[in-house]
Amino acid sequence: MTTASKPSTDSAEPRIVYCRCAYAQVVPEEVKQEVLAGIAASGRGFEAVADLCEMAARRDPQLKALAADDRPLKIAACWPRAVEGLFRLADAPLPTHGVEILNMRSDAAPQVLASILEQPAGVTDTEADV
Amino acid sequence: MIAPATHLPRVVLYEGPGSQPFKGAERLALLAGLLDRGYWVTRADTTAAASDGNAVLVVGCFAGAAPAVVADSQPVSVIDATGLASDATIDRIEVARADEPMNRPNGPDTWKPWFPVIDTDRCTNCMQCLTFCLFDVYGVASDHTLRVENPANCKVNCPACSRVCPEVAIMFPKYHAGPIDGSPVRQQDVAAEKMKVDISALLGGDIYERLRQRSEGAKARFSKERDAKQALSERRRCLTKLADAAQIPREVLDALPTPEEIERRTAAAAEKAAAALAAQSTPATPTT
Ligand code: SF4
Ligand code: SF4
Repeated sequence: MTTASKPSTDSAEPRIVYCRCAYAQVVPEEVKQEVLAGIAASGRGFEAVADLCEMAARRDPQLKALAADDRPLKIAACWPRAVEGLFRLADAPLPTHGVEILNMRSDAAPQVLASILEQPAGVTDTEADV
Repeated sequence: MIAPATHLPRVVLYEGPGSQPFKGAERLALLAGLLDRGYWVTRADTTAAASDGNAVLVVGCFAGAAPAVVADSQPVSVIDATGLASDATIDRIEVARADEPMNRPNGPDTWKPWFPVIDTDRCTNCMQCLTFCLFDVYGVASDHTLRVENPANCKVNCPACSRVCPEVAIMFPKYHAGPIDGSPVRQQDVAAEKMKVDISALLGGDIYERLRQRSEGAKARFSKERDAKQALSERRRCLTKLADAAQIPREVLDALPTPEEIERRTAAAAEKAAAALAAQSTPATPTT
């Protein structure tokens, strides 16, 4: 069962963004599914988007809000060079500090999950689904 | 075609006070189903997190009594998913969303997000890509640097402009291989990309110029001999060669405008690039 032991808006807890890459098959299906399952079962708050590329092309204002958020940001998507370029294209450049981009195109799901769910020191973990 | 500057429909999966959590498998199926239909999904366990942003729909297992999850000012629908399977919940979300237009990953008129993304750490703003592209994808920013102005104008699956960039600065994140997909650029990639520029030079300095000449040749023969079949096969041979050399999809070459229009667009792009280059080399006027 999932219970919230602390609000997900805690300033020290990184904001999690997951990209589904729904318009192409460039991210291995089993990796993106396993990562989504892990994040969904973690009990943490998160943002999951259908396709960051599609949002960047529309210069979706929600990308600006994400980039401007004070909290640290962890993004599970693809190559960091591409993801940074997409946010720049959307007029929402990512800050140079506090952003970690995890690559589901090159890395295995457990590796991506371990990094994305890692909490900074001092933040209590939420109770996850088992 | 995509609508500019619109928000992706955002669904909040609410699992905070006043609701029961979804079962693990249902939550995952709901998430995957919504993402594969093009939505943005926020999983929130506080009303504050649910109110953050522009939610259009809030879904939770409220057992009939939904709490005040979002601020009254937000125009949202609240869906009670108590006892519903994920498919049925998604159906309700689709109905509640009504006819708001949205791009769909597997819809009949889907636009595949395919367009160039610039690595500004590598780009020298030489404007070669702007001059090369016939479809107005590139433009110039107010600071005279290169800007991807009209991503939706790009021809799906065509990475041709990345071949003319001498700095390997153009990425297509949905391309199948590196470094065009955004993977790190190695020294040998830089050398290989330079070779590809040479290939384009071998084809006459500019593949579009080459195409234009071939098309004109074919057109002249066509009018002289009135042999449509021969003209067509000539055009096909030429296009196949170009498609192989620059990895340009055949559909893109087939859809190229008339030679006159190609000429007009090339001149307009070259003019834009020249103006940007001139502005780059002009020292800024000091402000008093
Ligand atoms: S950012 Fe990467 S993972 Fe996300 S949609 Fe674009 S190519 Fe796919
Ligand atoms: S060709 Fe390459 S280096 Fe030149 S402006 Fe275009 S992206 Fe930048």
